Amino acid sequence: MYGDKNKMIKRAAREVLAGMTVNLGIGYPTQIVDHLPPNFPVCLHSENGIAGQGPALPFEQADRTLIDAGGAYVSTLPGTSFFDSAVSFALVRGGRLDLTILGALQVGGNGDLANWTIPGKFTPGVGGGMELAQKARRVVVLSTHLDKRGNSKIVSQCSLPLTAPRCVDRVYTDMAVIDITADGMVLREIAEGLSIDEVVAATDVPLLIEASALTTF
Amino acid sequence: MTVVRFCPNKNNMTRNLLDLQIGLNTMIDKTIQIEEAVNGIADGATIMVGGFGVPGTPFMLIDELVRQNKKHLTLIKNDANESGMGVDHLLRNGQVDRFIVSHIGLNPHAIQLMNEGRLEVEFCAQGILAERIRAAGAGLAGFLTDIAMDTMLAKGKQTVEFEGQPYLIEAALRADIALIHAHQCDPFGNLTYAGSAQNFSPLMAMAADTVIVETENLLPLGGIAPEAVHTPGPFVDHVVHLPQLTEAYAVVRR
Repeated sequence: MYGDKNKMIKRAAREVLAGMTVNLGIGYPTQIVDHLPPNFPVCLHSENGIAGQGPALPFEQADRTLIDAGGAYVSTLPGTSFFDSAVSFALVRGGRLDLTILGALQVGGNGDLANWTIPGKFTPGVGGGMELAQKARRVVVLSTHLDKRGNSKIVSQCSLPLTAPRCVDRVYTDMAVIDITADGMVLREIAEGLSIDEVVAATDVPLLIEASALTTF
Repeated sequence: MTVVRFCPNKNNMTRNLLDLQIGLNTMIDKTIQIEEAVNGIADGATIMVGGFGVPGTPFMLIDELVRQNKKHLTLIKNDANESGMGVDHLLRNGQVDRFIVSHIGLNPHAIQLMNEGRLEVEFCAQGILAERIRAAGAGLAGFLTDIAMDTMLAKGKQTVEFEGQPYLIEAALRADIALIHAHQCDPFGNLTYAGSAQNFSPLMAMAADTVIVETENLLPLGGIAPEAVHTPGPFVDHVVHLPQLTEAYAVVRR
């Protein structure tokens, strides 16, 4: 059965390796912190000027001067630093961000990412998305496989305006784990209980499959 | 006046100067009433407003700008705050013609104004917005970047080839006015920011002709250690002391 968001997030959490500096996008990516082992040595970056962001705080404990880029009240840890927005994006563009995990509206077969606008319907502005997608050393998408209408978010070519071209390395969905390679999209893992055919049928781009190497999550 | 050529102990320099009664100057007092500070803003001004969400947003300077009803403003800010908060009061009061911003997603009212064609919005990638402001503050005309190439945001921007690679030319972004909230400030305008409230403020404080700072913690000269200063006083024109903050600065319950 697909549609288990928790399993999808848990699987994607294994992307985060000890010692990394990581930026987690709003939505499912933010929930990855709940699946990291306690005292895991990772530095969470937030676009509004935090490195080493601590856990989110409830209203009663919140500090009015400390939010993350998604607006959640967060905490500090021993070793946290604050800085301005130019420094924050120097960290991203300068190659110090090891990994970003982002949501998606569409991912193209060539690694194109569209996640910031549906012209006429959803126009919030791009925020820091373009720089994260273009400059993080590794760019991973964490998203449901299908949109709300049941259409594949994984498409041969994005019809929505791009956040960045050819930037996505890997996609985690509730149905599959897919790598974007020079040869095309490679199916690496499928959700437990799903068949290869079901994943292929739900994906609007041809998938390269090595059945013997395929695992489940 | 005698010139001190040698000071064996840096920490005692001030005391040495006092003892010798030579060359000791004091800093300029830039404190001003909020009405007077905002009264100097002209209709049609381009105004940078610090803050990312609530932290760093100078809510009381914005309130005064609403009260004085300055019109036809161009606003430069990271975000549009939330509906009914901060710069949204300027939008509701019809004071803003143009908005240069990276994200307005938490303010459905701003999105509505934009979609109805009542507010001209220029979206800018967040770090590029920061860098355009920083460049202006550093006296530069612009810079080259590959961010946003081959996207919608590259439209209308000049491209140039440099050392064999294509880049967009991003123009520096300067303003007439910057409105800044500081955690601490002294009368000379040395500033510190709390928590995540730095964001765009130190950059904007360098990139406007007139920089107005509000703070709830006005400290005497020397109250901020020199090495703790985030924005140095020479960038600041006016310092407004807020004896009490409004509810807008408080933690937002969601």
